[in-house]
Amino acid sequence: MVTLMGVAVVLAVLPLFLILGSLILKGASSLSLGFFLNRPAPVGETGGGVAHAITGTLMIVGVAALAGVPIGIAGGLYASEYRGTRLAWITRFVADVLNGTPSIVVGLLAWTWVVATQRHFSALAGSFALAFLMIPMVMRTTEELVRLVPDSLREAALALGYSRWRTTLVVVLRTALPGIVTGSLLAVARVSGETAPLLFTALGSEYFSFDLERPMAALPLVVYKYATGPYPEWHKLAWTASLVLIMVVFALSIAARVVTRQRLGRND
Amino acid sequence: MTDGAPRIRTERLSAMYGDFAAVREVSLAFAPNRVHALIGPSGCGKSTFLRTLNRMHETIPGAWIEGRVLLDEGDVYASGVSPVRLRRRVGMVFQKPTPFPFMSIADNVAAGLVLDRSLSKARVAEVVESSLRRAALWDEVKDRLNASAMGLSGGQQQRLCLARSIAPEPEVILLDEPTASLDPMGTQKIEELVFDLKREFTIVIVTHNMQQAARVSDTTSFFYMGSMVEHGATKQMFTAPREERTEAYITGRFG
Amino acid sequence: MGRFGASFITTSTWDPVAGQFGAWPAIVGTLLTSLLALSMAVPLSLGVAIYLPEFAPGPIRRPVATVIELLAAIPSVVYGLWGIFVLIPFLTTWVYPFLEARLGFLPFFTGPVYGPSVLSASIILTVMIVPFIMSVSREVLLAVPSGQREAALALGATRWEAVSTAIVPYAKSGIIGAVILGLGRALGETMAVTMLIGNRHEVAASLFAPGYTMAAVIANEFADAAGGPIHESALILMALLLFGVTVLVNAIARLMIWRVSLGRGNT
Repeated sequence: MVTLMGVAVVLAVLPLFLILGSLILKGASSLSLGFFLNRPAPVGETGGGVAHAITGTLMIVGVAALAGVPIGIAGGLYASEYRGTRLAWITRFVADVLNGTPSIVVGLLAWTWVVATQRHFSALAGSFALAFLMIPMVMRTTEELVRLVPDSLREAALALGYSRWRTTLVVVLRTALPGIVTGSLLAVARVSGETAPLLFTALGSEYFSFDLERPMAALPLVVYKYATGPYPEWHKLAWTASLVLIMVVFALSIAARVVTRQRLGRND
Repeated sequence: MTDGAPRIRTERLSAMYGDFAAVREVSLAFAPNRVHALIGPSGCGKSTFLRTLNRMHETIPGAWIEGRVLLDEGDVYASGVSPVRLRRRVGMVFQKPTPFPFMSIADNVAAGLVLDRSLSKARVAEVVESSLRRAALWDEVKDRLNASAMGLSGGQQQRLCLARSIAPEPEVILLDEPTASLDPMGTQKIEELVFDLKREFTIVIVTHNMQQAARVSDTTSFFYMGSMVEHGATKQMFTAPREERTEAYITGRFG
Repeated sequence: MGRFGASFITTSTWDPVAGQFGAWPAIVGTLLTSLLALSMAVPLSLGVAIYLPEFAPGPIRRPVATVIELLAAIPSVVYGLWGIFVLIPFLTTWVYPFLEARLGFLPFFTGPVYGPSVLSASIILTVMIVPFIMSVSREVLLAVPSGQREAALALGATRWEAVSTAIVPYAKSGIIGAVILGLGRALGETMAVTMLIGNRHEVAASLFAPGYTMAAVIANEFADAAGGPIHESALILMALLLFGVTVLVNAIARLMIWRVSLGRGNT
């Protein structure tokens, strides 16, 4: 039985190496400076890059994080600092359930609320969808970390004459902050790779755009479009774009872990 | 009390958690510039009583009080009195040292001071130094004021917390078993400090250690099952208690 | 929404141009791919979740855990890309012919063999939910008080007996919760499935045939809902249906996981 479980471990970790191997094998060869600086070339021509999608992803995810992270932190603080109240319980349960909402459904929600009301696709709608996905993730991490802050610190702050909100913001939040940064970075990493929520919101584009009110390209959309397209050149671009995407996502995930590890190291 | 107007006193004070009365109708007066000890077995209400004095009691959900607490004859539970402002006049140190982990030593001492925005940076630095001196910690930390407070020993952390609570110049300091988590050395230092600090402050200390009460306090109150059984000068309490229960507790027959 | 009625769920013809919307094939495809993926992922992920903290040699625990976290971080669309260009060629060359030859007497393994198919989508789903189920059940297992294990070992149990008699039963409801969460993930997974399932509104007996899932239908058809506003409403209704199912599944899973963590609080 234990041997079988060992086999399971091998089977479980194998895909990472297979996928990374394929990405490097098929994607690395087209990785050039031009890939990071240029727009896509017309079909049939070589060269061309996904710079428009890199800036697009940065903008869409950046705006999403600006909205989603603070709201998530606020919600998490509320759910844990006012725990015991019915509203806090509901907040927590809703966050848990939303955490499992299919991203395509969130994309459709963003379409109904933003695209349908404004009557045009926009990067902002994509950011809205991604923020919506991030909020429950950030909320749950915040809540868990805030709960680890000892009550004695809250009491010490109150006894010094700190008001309730000052205690929460200055002492509780500040004590839990390193962990919250980690959780937020992981949430950003996760939504950076999301495609489904952007399909009918940011839509994608062939051009550079920095206008949040207009459709915008994003790396995951580029990968999807090129992977499912008919041209071999596109497939090659899809691999290279995937390699870039995964580097972004892994870099964020690893950065998140480094933050945690440093904190743990200091406390030891 | 014999020596003039009390700094802080209670009138028929009861402290409740929901339906449960942890403290019942306690009337006590604490004279200024004295150390007052509250003793009694675990769960007798002495800590709860202490926490009503700076309105920390009410921070626990379901906790409430009846009766009055008067600081310089002003009712601290009167409507319009802000508990937040009150706590700047009545400082508190807890059983476990509670330095803020993300703050440096100096920032910890200044944590209460900075609530007063009118203070200049230079003034804050001055008060930090004088508070640390008064807490007998200055010489040990003066070279690492900007280091994390978490690097200090337990005893040093507790003295840091004491420095933090005296920095805003409160009138009363409440100590809730301040040496319970310290080693004998740390305990001795805190006790010496308490003795020194009564020149400037009125101190109320909860302790489960009777020798400590006998060593540091001027008056002692014995609590049992939520009631205040006996109150008097410490010397008299420990040599000739009036109540049988006090004597039984002091001589170690229970508790 | 009301205009669709029950026939939305029960009928099989999906023809936006003719205004016919029968979601049955997508519903079947969603359930089929998810359950197939679950049946493959559960033994694998529970094996690893139990093996890692209990039996694995110390030095491999951390790297394996990191690899699994990274697997969970890979974007769905990258799984899809890899599925199209690496997994499917491999499966159609090596695995599917073998299955057809050996198990062809079963209706699920009859030809013709398509690359993009229900089976291909289920396999990529398996790869994707393994890390997820694994990390959640690992957390649940770590929440089991160590007293449980020590008590069993003190009674003379072997390590395996301690795991199977003391730890796993204690964490049972949490592990089931983790599996159900995995199901929720699989039901809603969009991109990789869309890229691998073949996208055909049809219920076929063979797993080698293309199919559809609800998420994939929405992803493919919504951006240019060819059938106009009615088509659009049909897709929104489908999303609501999918949302309802995943909410239900996730709520059940969370309640089961909470039971374990509450148990931890009491002991």
